[in-house]
Formats: sequence, structure tokens, C-alpha cells
Amino acid sequence: MTFAIEALDVEKRYGALQALAGVSLAVARGEFFGLLGPNGAGKTTLISIVAGLARASAGTVRVMGADVVADYRQARRLLGVVPQELVFDPFFSVRETLRFQSGYFGLRRNDPWIDEVMHHLDLTAKADANMRTLSGGMKRRVLVAQALVHRPPVIMLDEPTAGVDVGLRQGLWQFIRRLNRDGHTIVLTTHYLEEAEELCDRIAMLKAGRIVALDSTRNLLETFSGLVLRLRTDGAALPEGLPADVLPADNGRFVLRLRDYDALEQVLHRVRASGAAIRELDIEPPDLEDVFLRVMEKH
Amino acid sequence: MGGFLTLLYKELLRFWKVSVQTVAAPVMMALLYLVVFAYALGDRVSAFAGVSYAQFLVPGLVMMSVLQNAFANSSSSLIQSKISGNLVFILLPPISYLEFFGAYVLAAMVRGLVVGAGVLAVTVWFVDLRISAPLWVLAFALLCSAILGALGLLAGIWAEKFDQIAAFQNFAILPLTFLSGVFYSIRSLPAFWQSVSHLNPFFYMIDGFRYGFFGASDTSPFASLAVVAVSFALLAAACLQMLRSGYKLRQ
Repeated sequence: MTFAIEALDVEKRYGALQALAGVSLAVARGEFFGLLGPNGAGKTTLISIVAGLARASAGTVRVMGADVVADYRQARRLLGVVPQELVFDPFFSVRETLRFQSGYFGLRRNDPWIDEVMHHLDLTAKADANMRTLSGGMKRRVLVAQALVHRPPVIMLDEPTAGVDVGLRQGLWQFIRRLNRDGHTIVLTTHYLEEAEELCDRIAMLKAGRIVALDSTRNLLETFSGLVLRLRTDGAALPEGLPADVLPADNGRFVLRLRDYDALEQVLHRVRASGAAIRELDIEPPDLEDVFLRVMEKH
Repeated sequence: MGGFLTLLYKELLRFWKVSVQTVAAPVMMALLYLVVFAYALGDRVSAFAGVSYAQFLVPGLVMMSVLQNAFANSSSSLIQSKISGNLVFILLPPISYLEFFGAYVLAAMVRGLVVGAGVLAVTVWFVDLRISAPLWVLAFALLCSAILGALGLLAGIWAEKFDQIAAFQNFAILPLTFLSGVFYSIRSLPAFWQSVSHLNPFFYMIDGFRYGFFGASDTSPFASLAVVAVSFALLAAACLQMLRSGYKLRQ
């Protein structure tokens, strides 16, 4: 079976800077895939190489089996990309923008589909508004619409919700989920880890141009399973040498990361033994943010 | 093919939507040159037998407008798209490097030719002019607008800011066109400067174009045509190579 996206030993150097240092990954068809990592980890560089906006220094990338260099026309037909930068052409209205984008893909008379995409993205009322007059969130939705004009089976979104308010964000995710249910493969980068946790089947974490974790979201959460304990004492400090990572806090409030429930019992026992009284206590299962921080610390 | 036609249409629309600035202004400029130079120098300068200075001047002004506007179109369109980031909309679709080249250069030619035709249409009200060899006029207009369109594309690919395009325009294109014999026949120059002028490719563009109007020129129109055709071939090859390799556009 061909993968939606397949990257093999992809390297990218910008002069002395090694942006990607040998990245290999395969995204299956129909997957909702997350690409996470701190700023400068190489997420956008990887997306740019898949999209043909940048050329790999080494390695190969295929989109639905089509090599992005040798067979770039086919690869680009199969791919829709929502760029991270909020770019637009100030000469045109929303509808003109979408018609031109269709035309670049060789599609004429694409208006029924353009209307449908605009409808789902709540852009219909702004169809004839000039791009300059739109708010940031609206411009972002036009970018999503532009990536969809040619009905690509694979869609990559580079931080599509950056700077978008909550209402818009929900609407956008609903639409993208629907696309995924309809069979589109989605690859997503985001800094909102709760979004990635909720949406993505699988996640790759990048750091300094390398993949440092690649697994299903569930496995990642289980592998790095543990507990987060938030507690407030009567003002007393915690005893030294607890079997936990104690994160800085203030005013008798502490956040502790624990391996498991055994560790939790030991911590509570030793806190009581030290004479400190516990005033508040809260236990949370781990979320992707914990996993992310742990993975990034480890590498 | 669909991608090419759409990109061409977009490029045409881009300058047409602001035609006061991109078409009317350069026509006005050429008219001012005509008025100032022809009336100030008309009695003192003569180039060819039986041709007044104003008549001599018009083809040069037309060609100069064609050249400057063809260059301005492709270079400014590309640098604007690069700097605003919306070039990505053209880089993501399956548009080949040949289509990319063709669309930008053709649109630049159209802008250059529209402005050139505008200058001609306005100046014929003031100057009595006949075209003795229209095919030469057409050949030079097409080839020279294509050269400057390709040169503008090359500058747009290379440049990273508006400043660099402006430098290219003001320190290369402008002096080369001004010193190419638009305003004078190079035969009026001392021998040394005559030979220097022969090194300026823009001289052959103006001179060959002028031959189409008067049937007379400073150098053989066939030599000019050869220089112009080779220049276009070299520039086109350079542009296509840059586009194929993704130089500065797909880093």
C-alpha cells in the first residue's frame, strides 16, 4: 500500500544550520497525523519539503507514491497546504482568490465546489469582499479554502489555528474532522497540544531536526503515563528527596510529577511525616503537554 | 495549460487594475520627454536626412517605454509576491517552470507593448510619422519586450527586497536605455563613445526598432536583430535554469 506521505532520511541544511537531520516517517492514508515540536524544530521545513516549497538536501519524499521532485506535478495535485503565514493577494476578493487558485490547478468552472467550501468555512457572506478587508481569522479560513479548491486527498495544515478565536477554531476543526471522515489524510502542526491530543491518531515529535517520538497518541500518553499532583500546604515546605519531580511554585502551592500511584502514596506519607498539613489536593491524569515536556527534556 | 492561462490572466489583471499607474503614467512621461526635448533641441539636432528631430525621437521614446515597462512588470510583480508571501499560491500548484516563465514574460510583454502603443498613439498627434517597415517594428517590439520581461523576471527571482529592484532599475536599466541613442544618433558622438555605445545591447534594440520607421539606422538592422535574438535566448536560458533549480524561490 502506498502511504499518503512517506519521508525517507530527509535532511535539510541552510548553510551551517541543520534544519532537518535525517527524518523518516510514513503517514497512512486516512490518518489524522500531528507534527509537534518547539519553534525551530523543523516542522515547517518538513512541510515545505513535502509541498515542494523547499528542496531536501538529501533523502526522498513521496505524496501518495508521487516523488515531490521527479513527479512534482502529480505530487502537488494530490496535496493541499495551509501555510503558517497569513498571506493573501490584496488585489482580489475571496471568490476571485479561490477561482484563481482553482485555475492554477487547471480547474475551470469550479464554482459549485468553491461555493460549498465557502459555505462550510462560513465565508459565503464575504465572498465578494476584498481580501484586505477581512479579519485575521477570516483570512485564515480563506487559506484553508485555497488549500481545498482541488479536493486534494492529503491536506497539511501548518498551525491553522494560530491567532484564531475560540469560536472560529471550533468551526474549523469540525470542518477538518469532516474532511478526515470523508477519507482525507490530515497532517497538522500546532502549538495547542490539547488540540493535537483531541484530534490526532498519531503524533511525531520533532526536536532540532530529528524525530524524538513517533507513536499513536494513546501509546504516547500511556508510555509517559504518570500523575500530576497539585497540592497546597499550610505554608510549610515539602521535605527533600521525594520520589517526584517538583516543579517550582509559590505560596505553599506545589506541582509534582509522579511515576505512578505507589509514588503518590509515598509522597503523601512523607509530607505528613514531615509535619506539613495539606490544605488542597488535586490529582490529574497526564495530558499531551506532560508527554511533550518529558519527551523534550529527555532528548 | 490551465495553470499557465490562469497565471497569465492574473498577471495581466494585476497591472490592468492599476492602469493609471502602470500604463497612463509612463505614456504621460514619454509625452513630456517629447515636448521638452523636441522643442528645446529640435533646431539644433538632426540625425537622418529628411527626418526631423521630433520624428527621430518618437520611435526611441516608444521603445524606451516598452523596455522600462516590460521590466517593471515582471520584476515588481515577483518581488511583491515574494515579500508579501503570496508567491506560495503559485509555488504550491503543479505549474511547471516553463509555464511560470511564459506567463510572467508574456504579461510583461503585453504591459510593455500596451504602453508603447499608448506612447505612439499620443505622439502621432504632435509628430508626423510613417512606418516604412512594419514587420521590423513588430519584430523588435516583441523581442525587446520579451528580453526586458525576462530580465525583470531574473531580477525578481534574485532580489530579496524592493531596494534591490530599484537599484537594478535606476543603475542598470535607466542608464543603459538613456545612453542607447533614444535622444540622439550615436553618429553624433565622438568615435570613442560610438564604439562604447556598440557594447550596449539596448542600442541595438532602439536602432533596429527605429529602422522599421525610417528605413535608416546607425547599424545594420540584421546585426541588431541578431544581437537582440541572442540576448533573448541567453536570458531565457538563464531564467529557465534558475526556475528549474528553484534558485531563491524554492529553498
